[in-house]
Amino acid sequence: MSVPMENPISFTNVGRSKWWHRGIFASQTGYVLLALIVLMIVMRFASPYFFTEGNMQNVAKNFSFIAIATLGITFVIITGGIDLSVGSMMCFSAMITSMVMVELSAPGSYFVHMAADGKTVVANMPGLILLISVLAGLFVAFLVGIINGFCIAILGLSPFVTTLGMLSIVRGLAYVVSNGRGSFPGGPDADLFYALTSGDVYGLPAPFIYLMILAVIMAVVLHHTSFGRHVFALGGNEKAAELTGIPVVRVKIEVYVICALAAGLQGIIISGWLGSAPANMATSYELNVIAAAVIGGANLAGGLGGPLGAIVGCVLLEVIRNGLVLAQVNSYWQQTLVGVIIILAVLVDRIRSRMT
Amino acid sequence: MTTSSTNGQPVLELTGIGKEFGAIRALHGVDMHVHPGEVVGLMGDNGAGKSTLVKIIAGNFRPTHGEIRFDGNPVHFSRPIDARAVGIEVVYQDLALADNLTAAANVFLGRELKRKFGPIALLDHKAMASRALDLFGELRSETRPHDLVKQMSGGQRQAVAIARTRLSNAKLVMMDEPTAAISVRQVEQVLSLIHRLKEQGVAVMLISHRMPDVFAVCDRVIVMRRGEKRADKPIHDTSPEEVTALITGAKEAA
Repeated sequence: MSVPMENPISFTNVGRSKWWHRGIFASQTGYVLLALIVLMIVMRFASPYFFTEGNMQNVAKNFSFIAIATLGITFVIITGGIDLSVGSMMCFSAMITSMVMVELSAPGSYFVHMAADGKTVVANMPGLILLISVLAGLFVAFLVGIINGFCIAILGLSPFVTTLGMLSIVRGLAYVVSNGRGSFPGGPDADLFYALTSGDVYGLPAPFIYLMILAVIMAVVLHHTSFGRHVFALGGNEKAAELTGIPVVRVKIEVYVICALAAGLQGIIISGWLGSAPANMATSYELNVIAAAVIGGANLAGGLGGPLGAIVGCVLLEVIRNGLVLAQVNSYWQQTLVGVIIILAVLVDRIRSRMT
Repeated sequence: MTTSSTNGQPVLELTGIGKEFGAIRALHGVDMHVHPGEVVGLMGDNGAGKSTLVKIIAGNFRPTHGEIRFDGNPVHFSRPIDARAVGIEVVYQDLALADNLTAAANVFLGRELKRKFGPIALLDHKAMASRALDLFGELRSETRPHDLVKQMSGGQRQAVAIARTRLSNAKLVMMDEPTAAISVRQVEQVLSLIHRLKEQGVAVMLISHRMPDVFAVCDRVIVMRRGEKRADKPIHDTSPEEVTALITGAKEAA
């Protein structure tokens, strides 16, 4: 079909932008990554403890505790949406997981039959209780994600209001099911649960490993599948996305489900580290998660963001926290500084885009 | 170049198209035809029925009366996607591009090329970029497939939007005010893009308020007023003054 070109296209009036004006170097993620490296070098000289193995493990573990949820919310933010219910979602999923775990382990409970040896049937298969309870926790997250997506994509409610409502609904449910007391992982699989959530593999914290795997998957999905392309298109120009035949409703529902599942998984992991799922767990974590995503370069107006940015944002927040502790600065300064950094990160990006 | 409007089968043929919205008669008894490789200007004041007509052809509305034939066959569109399936593409005034994506990504938006890796289908970036480059070459537009649309000039954006229509091998491209909001130099580029489409045998309907543009590229001009077709003349048989008179109603019909 293509006509033979007698003169192949030549670019006379448009120069190719220099490599440092393209890709990661021209993005907020790049600047924040640079700032993070500088900060770590400063910390290296400020405190001899910073680069010790123990401290690094601590940092890796701590930022992993919000980074998985940040990966999830990044999908939503790229489409131009927001999900404020992630903090409550973490708590609710964690609570359901530990309650199911206890319930399945307890002899004489509703769902399980006794085996001959006096244990419940599921307890005779190692890991089965754990598997079912984690799936139960993720299933409630899935439901919440579906409801968020339904309200936003089909009923056309604003994401902010819908998920603000959901924040309250899910937190309320967490209090209702636990009667305000929270719940504790228990039963024969509890040790396995702790090992998988707060254990180490060759010195690497387990949550950190999950995070890395999920981040790689996310990078592939965002940049190398048509779903990822549609997520970006939705954030860039929703009307255009609709006109070109992208299934806008489906993509929107999918991103809210992904976000809720990531938050649920995050909550389950945190509860393993805490050893319990209290009813006030992860309160206001949604703000940390959104802050980390925004610092890392996700644009709340939509169309920009990625796994690297999400992780860099989380690491930066954690390094600052950790650094302030090592520098023996009053820990109340932390929150103030985090706020300053959110604004600085966005400001630097604004100045840069004005300059070019 | 001679116009092809006198020979061959028309790609689009409308007979007696009418559209009522409740008691309002937006269109009445519109007959028209467009041949392959022909550029037809559709002119008229606001509310003359231009956009209703375009929306009927594009499948946004169903006509209340009349028949649409495309490539000789009667067609009934209930959704825009039906019109696109037979080969009608619309380039919207705001171009419907995602600024944060590259030119190639926009060209292939919603119909990405993929390569299968077992159960997973991944985007085939290379194939899309090289196909997009071919399309930009056909349009003689200096547009790089890997550049972000937000960094592009108005003319380049038009090229991207038009390349989308070339991708599906559309037979009829309707352009809604493509020159309304861009600079003089870019208008030149857009008009030359229209010439490229014409060279490739694509029928183009140009909906525009700008008289010089219509007279620069169109073979024929159709004037609408108060929901009816008032004139349908080869461009060399008319003048901007006559068309203006027809649009405003100073001259009833021609």
